Amino acid sequence: MIAPAEKGKTVKLNILRQDSPDAKPYWQNFEVPCNAGSNVTSLLRSISESPVTAGGAKVAPPAYEASCLEEVCGSCTMVINGRVRQACSTLVRKIHPHDSEEPITIEPMTKFPVIRDLVVDRSRTFENLKRIKAWIPIDSSYNLGPGPRITPEEQQAMYPLSRCMTCGACLEACPQFTRDNNFVGAQIISIARYYNMHPNGKILKDERMEVLMGEGGITDCGNAQNCVKVCPKEIPLTESIGVIGRAATVYSIKKFFSK
Amino acid sequence: MTHKRVIVVGGGLAGLSTSMKLSEEGVAVDLFSLVPVKRSHSVCAQGGINACNDVARQQGYSEWEHFEETVFGGDFLANQPPVLEMARTAPSIIDLLDRMGVPFSRTPEGNRDLRLFGGSLYKRTFYAGATTGQQLLYALDEQVRHHEVQGHITKYEFWEFLAPIIDDGGRCVGIVAQDLRTMQIRSFRADAVVMATGGNGLIFGQSTMSIICTGSGTARCYQAGAKLGNPEFVQVHPTAIPGEDKCRLMSESARGEGGRLWVPRKRQDSRHPNDIPEEERDYFLERLYPKYKNIVPRDIATREIFYICEQGMGIGGGQMVYLDLTEKATGIPYDVLKRKLGGILEIYEKFVGVDPLIEPMKIYPAVHYSMGGLWVDFAKDEKTGGLRKADPRNHMTHISGLYAAGEADYQFHGANRLGANSLLSCIFTGLFIAPGIKKFIESQPAVAEKTQSLYDNAVQNQQAIMTRLLGSRGTDNPYVMHRELGKAMSDNVTIIRSNGKLKQTLDLIESLKDRYRNNLGLPDSGLWNNQSLGFARACWDMILLGEAVTKAALAREESRGSHFKIPDEFVDRHDLPLDQRALQRDDEHWLKTTLVSFVDGQATLGYEPVDVSLVAPRARNYGKVTAPATNAPTAGAAA
Repeated sequence: MIAPAEKGKTVKLNILRQDSPDAKPYWQNFEVPCNAGSNVTSLLRSISESPVTAGGAKVAPPAYEASCLEEVCGSCTMVINGRVRQACSTLVRKIHPHDSEEPITIEPMTKFPVIRDLVVDRSRTFENLKRIKAWIPIDSSYNLGPGPRITPEEQQAMYPLSRCMTCGACLEACPQFTRDNNFVGAQIISIARYYNMHPNGKILKDERMEVLMGEGGITDCGNAQNCVKVCPKEIPLTESIGVIGRAATVYSIKKFFSK
Repeated sequence: MTHKRVIVVGGGLAGLSTSMKLSEEGVAVDLFSLVPVKRSHSVCAQGGINACNDVARQQGYSEWEHFEETVFGGDFLANQPPVLEMARTAPSIIDLLDRMGVPFSRTPEGNRDLRLFGGSLYKRTFYAGATTGQQLLYALDEQVRHHEVQGHITKYEFWEFLAPIIDDGGRCVGIVAQDLRTMQIRSFRADAVVMATGGNGLIFGQSTMSIICTGSGTARCYQAGAKLGNPEFVQVHPTAIPGEDKCRLMSESARGEGGRLWVPRKRQDSRHPNDIPEEERDYFLERLYPKYKNIVPRDIATREIFYICEQGMGIGGGQMVYLDLTEKATGIPYDVLKRKLGGILEIYEKFVGVDPLIEPMKIYPAVHYSMGGLWVDFAKDEKTGGLRKADPRNHMTHISGLYAAGEADYQFHGANRLGANSLLSCIFTGLFIAPGIKKFIESQPAVAEKTQSLYDNAVQNQQAIMTRLLGSRGTDNPYVMHRELGKAMSDNVTIIRSNGKLKQTLDLIESLKDRYRNNLGLPDSGLWNNQSLGFARACWDMILLGEAVTKAALAREESRGSHFKIPDEFVDRHDLPLDQRALQRDDEHWLKTTLVSFVDGQATLGYEPVDVSLVAPRARNYGKVTAPATNAPTAGAAA
C-alpha cells in the first residue's frame, strides 16, 4: 500500500529553526529519502525517525504542527520555498524539479510568534473569532424544530465560506497584517460575512459590524489581494472584503440617521 | 447552579457536544485538547449523518428501521437499547444542527437534501457537500466558543491528558495533564471526567485517521483500570487513496451518489480505464449484490476488493480497483457531482493529480474506524426499549466518575459501523449523557474536599515517567518503533486474520515492549515543546492497544463483521472463495462482548453477554449471489 520508492532518491531540506520564542533563528540542512508521493509533512516525519543533519550531526527533530494530512484541519501551515502553504498538500514532485540539487526551504510563518521551529502561536485568530461573535445564537439544544428554510442558491453561496480552516495563510500573505498591529485580516472578515448571511446569524450582524468598523477592522485592508491567492480552500476572500466594505457603508449611514 | 466541574478530554464532535450540553445544564467544563478543538479529527468526516426523515418515512422507513439496520450492519454485536435510543433521537439532532447553521446541502425547494449510504436502501443521510464532518465540527466549535465567552467553558488547548486520578474509593476525581509548550505537568480536579479522545488508527501505521489518533487517551484509562470493549473490531474502509504517510479517505458518498467499483475483466489489462469498454468491465459489487450493489456495508465491500485483488484481477494485477465517478459510468453530469462531492474530488486531485470526474480513481481499503473502545455502561428503559434518560450509568466506564463518548467508547456499532452513523453517535452521546453526568456529580461529595496529596502523587508519577523518557539513550527511535508496529498490525490484523499471523504479531509486540523498556532512545531531551516525548509516551500506549486488539482477535474463533478469521491451513487456498475459507459466525459461543483488562502489564480477556433483547440475531449476507454469475470474470476473457 506504500507508493513505490525510487531507490536511493533523496531531497535536501533547509529548515529555519528556533529553539524557543526568544532564541535566535538558525538554518539547518537535512537530506532525507523522497518517494513519488512524498509531501513536506512526510519529509519532516522522516527527520523525526532519523534526526541527523546533512553534516552528520545528531539534533532534536524539528518541531512542527500537523494532524489530518489531507488539508482540512489547517494545522500544518508553513512557508515552503518562500510561499505560505499547507505542508501536507505540498507534494515534493510539484514544487521541486526532479533531480534538483537545490534544497527545499521550510520556514515558520512570520506573522505569528514562533513557539519552536515551525510551530507558531495562532491564538490571535481564534480570539478574533470570539470578538466578531462567529456563531449562530440558539436558545438551547433542546428540540425546537428545524432551522430556517434556505434555498440551494443561498446554501451554495455560503458553503465555500464555511470551509475556512483558520490556517492563517491569508494573514501570512497580507502586508497589512503584522505582529504589532491588531488588523483582523481576511479570514475574520469572510467569516463575519458568512454568519451575516445566515437568517439567524443576522441577529448579531450589527455587533459584528461594530467590530469590523472599529480599530483593526475593514478599513485596515490595503486591497493587496494576496489573501485570495494563497487560500488553500480557494475561498473568495476579496469578494467577502468587498461585501463587508459595502455593508460597513450602509451600516454607518443607517447609524448616522438613527442618531 | 452547581459549583462542581467536569473535565472533557478531546474536542471533536463528542467532546464538544458533551461540553456544550453540560454548560447549558449549568455545569462548569474544563475542555482539554492536543490541538485547537477546531482541528480535531471529526473535521475529516465527509459523507454525512444518518437520521430517519419525512421522505424516507413515507416510503416505509422509520427510526426502528434505522435501529434495525445499524444492529444488522454491526452483525448483532452491539447492545441494542443504546442503538434504539440513538436512532430515535437522530431526527431532532439534525434539526438542532440545522438551527446551529450547518450549511446542509439543499433540494431545489430549500429542504435539506438526502443521499444514499451503505447498508440501507433508503435515503436517510443528511450532508453538507462532501465535508459534513468539518461543517458539523465548526458549528459545535462556534457554540462552544459562545459558552467559552460566557465563562462556562475553559479550554486547555495544546494540553495532553496523561492519566486519570483515582481516589481510594475507586472514583475518578481529576486528571494529570501536560502543557505541550512549557512541558509543565499538573493536576486538575474534576467531579467527573469524560474521555472523548477518538479512535486509534495510528496503531496500524497508515490509516485514514489524523496523526493525533493514537488511542493514547483510551490506553491511559485502560492502564488505570478501565476495561476495553471489543477492541478487535476495526473498520477497514473500502475506498481510500493509498499513501506513504496516510491513506486518504474517499467517502462512501461517492458510491451513494452513483460511483461504481470495477476492475477490467482482462487480467492485467494495460489500457487506460476510459478506453476499456463497458462490456469488458467487471462491476463486481453489482454482480455479487444485485440488491445493494455498490453500497453494501464496508466490511463486505472491503473483503470483496481484497478477494478480487487476491485473484490477480486488481488494476495491473496489483492491490487497487477503480472507483468510477465519470459520467460514462454513472450517467450523472459532471457539474452535479462536482457540487455534491467537491470536497473529496479536490483531495483526490491534489494528492493524485487527476480529476476523478474525468478518469476513474484508483483505490484500496484502509483502516478507518475503531468500533471497539472503552467499555461503557448503559441503563435500559424497560418501557421504551431505549435508555433511561439522565441516568448516571449511561456511558460510565468501569471506573466510577470516568465516562467515555464518541469513537473512544465501544457502543452502538458492534462488529461493523454503517457509514454516516459515526457523526450521529458522537453527537448523540454528548447530548444524551450530560444530564446523567450532572446527576452523578450532584450525588457525590465535591472533589474540592479531596486531600491534595492524592493529586501531588499523581503529578510525581508522571514526572518520574517523563524524567525516565527524557534520559533514555538507547538506539530505538520511537517513530521507527511505531512504523514497525504499524506494519505488523496492518499486514496481520486487518481484513483477513489467521491465528498464525496473530501469534507472530503478539511476539513482535512482546519484543517491542522489551525494546521500549530497555533500549528506547528519545531524539530530544529538551524541556520546551518537546514533541518526541509525547510521541514516545503514545508509542507505548499504541503497543499496549495493539496487544489488546491482537489478543482479542486471536481468541475470537469466528467471523463477525469486520473480524474475519481464516484457519491457517486455508489462508493460501486462493482456489476457494473467502467465505468458504473462513470460520462462520458462531452465536452460540461468540455472541458476546470482549472485555480486556490490563492486569500485571498484560491484556487479559473476559466476556459478557450482548443485550439482544429487541431484535433476534439472523444471518447477514445482503442477498449475495452465491452461484458464479454468467458474466463472472475469466482470465483473458476480452480481446
